Amino acid sequence: MKTYTKFALLVVAIIATLGWLAASGINETKTYYKEIKEVRAMGQKAQDGRLRVGGDVVPGSIVREGKEVRFTIHQEDLKLNVIYAGIDPLPDTFKDGSQALVDGKLRQDGIFQASKIQAKCASKYEAKPMQKPAIQQKQASL
Amino acid sequence: MENLGALALILAFCLSIYAIAGSIIGKWKNKPFLVLSAERAVYSIWFLVATAVGILIHALVTGDFRLSYVAQNTNHAMPWYYKVAAWWGGQAGSLMLWAFVLSTYSAVVVYQNRRKFREMMPYVVTVLMVVQAFFLMLIAFVISPFNVLMQGKGIVDVGDGRGLNPLLQYWTMIIHPPILYMGYVGFVVPFAFAMASLITKQPGDDWIFTTRRWAIVTWFFQTTGVLLGAGWAYAVLGWGGYWGWDAVENASLLPWLTSTSFLHSVLMQEKKGMMKVWNMVLVSATFFLCIFGTTLTRTGLVSSVHAFAQSPIGVYFFTFLAVGIAATVYLILDRLDYLKSESHMESVISRESSFLFNNLILLASCFSILWGTLFPVISEAVTGEKISVDGPFFNRVNIPIGLFLLFLTGVGPLIAWRRSSIESLKKAFFWPVAVSLALVAGLMISGMRHPYALMSFGLCLFVTATVFGEFFKGAKAIRAKNGMNFIAATVELTHRNTRRYGGYLVHMGVVAMFIGFTGAAFNLDSTVEAAKGDSFKLGRYELKVRDISDSENADYVSRKAAIDIFVGEKQIDTLYPERRFYKASQQGTSEVAIRRQLNEDLYLNFAGANDPKKAVVQAYVFPLVSWIWIGFWILFAGTIVCLTPSKIRMQYARTEVVGIARNYAEIQK
Repeated sequence: MKTYTKFALLVVAIIATLGWLAASGINETKTYYKEIKEVRAMGQKAQDGRLRVGGDVVPGSIVREGKEVRFTIHQEDLKLNVIYAGIDPLPDTFKDGSQALVDGKLRQDGIFQASKIQAKCASKYEAKPMQKPAIQQKQASL
Repeated sequence: MENLGALALILAFCLSIYAIAGSIIGKWKNKPFLVLSAERAVYSIWFLVATAVGILIHALVTGDFRLSYVAQNTNHAMPWYYKVAAWWGGQAGSLMLWAFVLSTYSAVVVYQNRRKFREMMPYVVTVLMVVQAFFLMLIAFVISPFNVLMQGKGIVDVGDGRGLNPLLQYWTMIIHPPILYMGYVGFVVPFAFAMASLITKQPGDDWIFTTRRWAIVTWFFQTTGVLLGAGWAYAVLGWGGYWGWDAVENASLLPWLTSTSFLHSVLMQEKKGMMKVWNMVLVSATFFLCIFGTTLTRTGLVSSVHAFAQSPIGVYFFTFLAVGIAATVYLILDRLDYLKSESHMESVISRESSFLFNNLILLASCFSILWGTLFPVISEAVTGEKISVDGPFFNRVNIPIGLFLLFLTGVGPLIAWRRSSIESLKKAFFWPVAVSLALVAGLMISGMRHPYALMSFGLCLFVTATVFGEFFKGAKAIRAKNGMNFIAATVELTHRNTRRYGGYLVHMGVVAMFIGFTGAAFNLDSTVEAAKGDSFKLGRYELKVRDISDSENADYVSRKAAIDIFVGEKQIDTLYPERRFYKASQQGTSEVAIRRQLNEDLYLNFAGANDPKKAVVQAYVFPLVSWIWIGFWILFAGTIVCLTPSKIRMQYARTEVVGIARNYAEIQK
C-alpha cells in the first residue's frame, strides 16, 4: 500500500471515531432552549426532552428546604415553579430578581425539576448612562 | 481628567491609522522617512494609551464615581489592589487592557527590529496597527471607559460605587485577565510576521525563526492564563471543580490548542521544510481564535457564567473577524507557490507522522470544542431551535483525544525521522511499555476498574519512562565522554539542546496534569444540612461541625462554620468554610475551605443556610487535584529551559537533506 493511502485511512479512521463520539455525545446531552411561553405551548411534549428555560427570579419566592431549593421564575406574566436538588451549589449570582437559566425536565405536575442553574445579576447602573439617548430617541421619533 | 483620557484614546486611534497609511505608502513609494515615522507613531500610541490607562487607574483608586465605569466596578470599601484590578473588571476596561498590551508588544517589536527586516517590517507594523486601530476604535468611540453618569443634562455623582463583583475579589483574578490577555494578544506578533512574509513573498522561514520565542512566551502565558482561570474556579466559584466546559473557558482553550499545535508543527518546517501552508493556517487560526475568544467573553453570544451583558460591540467584532479571515485566506491561497513543501512523508511510522497526528488530533479537539460551544447558535440557524450541549459531550470527545495525545507524547521522541524499522521500535519501546503494563496490571489487581483511568495512568508512566530514558541515554553518553558525574552530565545535555530537553520537561508537566485530571474519576461528594454538634462521613473522613458564627465588617456580613476533620479517632485538621454577603453589590459568595494534599483535596463549601443555626455544607473529596498545579510548575520550568539559549547552535538536518538531494541529482546527470 502506498504511504499516502495508509495516512488517508488512518486519518479517516480517527475522524470517523471522533465524529461518532461527538454525534452520540450531542444526542445524549442536548438541551432545548425554550421560553416559558413556548414550554406552555408544547403541552405534553414538554416532558420528553431536557429543557433550558430562562426567566427572572420572582423576588421572595426562593425557599430552601434542606438540600432542596424551590423558587419561581417569570417572564412577563408567565410563571414557572422550579425545584432544584442538584449536587452543584447554586451560583452566587442567584438571588431575588436575577436572571436565571434552569436546566432540567418538566414534571407531570407542571413543576420544573432543575438539575443545573445558571444565574446572572441584572446590572444596576448599566441603564443610567443610556437614559439620555433613550429620551432623545423618543423625542426624535415624536 | 476623563476628557484627557478620552482624547488620548482618540489621538491614539488617529495615530494608528496614520501608522497604517505611513507604512503602506512609505513602502510603496519607497519613502523610508514615512516608514520610519510610522514606526515612531507606534511608540507614541503606547505613550497615549498608557496615559489613558493611568487616568483610568487614578479615577478607580481615588473613587471618581462620576465615571460610570468606576461606579460600576469599584466602591470605597475595597482594598486598593482590587481597585486597580477593577481596570479589567468590566467590558470597556478589559478592551482597554487589550489595547494597552498590544501597544506595548508593538512598541517592543518595532524596537527589536529597528534595523532588521526592512522589507517585512512596514507590513508587520501595518498588521499590528490594523488590530490596534480596531480596539482603539471600540474604546474611543463605542464603549468608552471614560463615560460619565448622566441624568438629563447633569452629571450624576453617586456617593459610592457598586463594587467589583465579589467573585472577582480573589488573588488569581488580579493576575488572570492580564496574563491571559498577554497570551491572547501575543499571538498577534507571529501572525503579523507571517502575513508580512506572505505579502513580501519571502521564500524562507524568517518569520518562524524571529517569532519562535514570541510564540513560546505567549503560549506559556496562555497556558498560565487558562490554568489560573481553572484554579480560580476551583477555589472561588464553589461548584467543586476546575473546569466546567463553560463557553468562556472554552474560548480561552481554543487558541491554546491551535498554538500548541503550531509550536509542534513549526519544528517540521524548521527541520524538514514541510507543512508550510499548514503553519500559516495555524498561526492565523490562533490569532483569529484569540479575537473570537475576546468576542465570546465580551459580547454574551453564548450564555455563560461570566456575567457580561449583551452588548452592541458584537457586530464590530464579527465584521472584523469576517474581513480579517477573508483577507488571510485570500493571501494564503494567492501565495501558495511560495509555500511548497521541500520534502514529503515517507512512512506512517516516523517522527513526521507523529507530528502530523499530533496536529490532527489537537485540531480535532479544537473543532469539537468550538462546535459544542457554538452549538446553540448553529442549531438555531439550521433548525430554528436553540439546542445546547453539555459537559458530557465535551468529555466524551476530548478524553479519548487527550489519551491519544498522551500516547503520542511518549511515542514521538523515540521514533526516528523519515522512517523507523520494527527492530528499532522494539528496542526503544520495550522497557516503557513493560513498566506501564505492569502498572496497569497492578492497579487492576488492587481493584481499579475505570477503563479511562487505567489507560491514563498507564500512559502517564509510559511517557515518564520514555522521557527519563531520553535524559538517561544522553547523559550516559556525555558521562562516558567527559567523565562528568551524572547530574552534571544531565545539565550539560540539557544545555546543549535546550529546546528539546526543555520540551521534554514541558511534557512531564503535562503528564503531571493528566495524573491530576484522572483523579476526577474517583471524586466523592455529599451534601448535608448540619447544626452545631452534628457530624457526617465522607470517604475516610468524619466531619464534625464544631461551631457556626456570624460576623460583619464594612465590606460584607459573613457566616462561618468551624468543621473538625477526623480520620478514625484522630483529629487531623479544622476547616472554616464561610458564606459572605457583600453589601455594595448585594451579592453572596462562598469562601470554600480546602485541605490540599498530594493524594487528595478535601473541599468544603458553605452552600447556604435555611435557618441561622444550621449550615448546608457540601463536602467533596478530589483525588490528585494538586498534581495539576504541580504540573504547571514543571511546565514553567520547562518553558524557562526552552527559552535559554542552547550552548551549541543546532545544525538542522534539513539543510543537509536538501544538499544531499541536490548532489544526488547532479550525479544522476
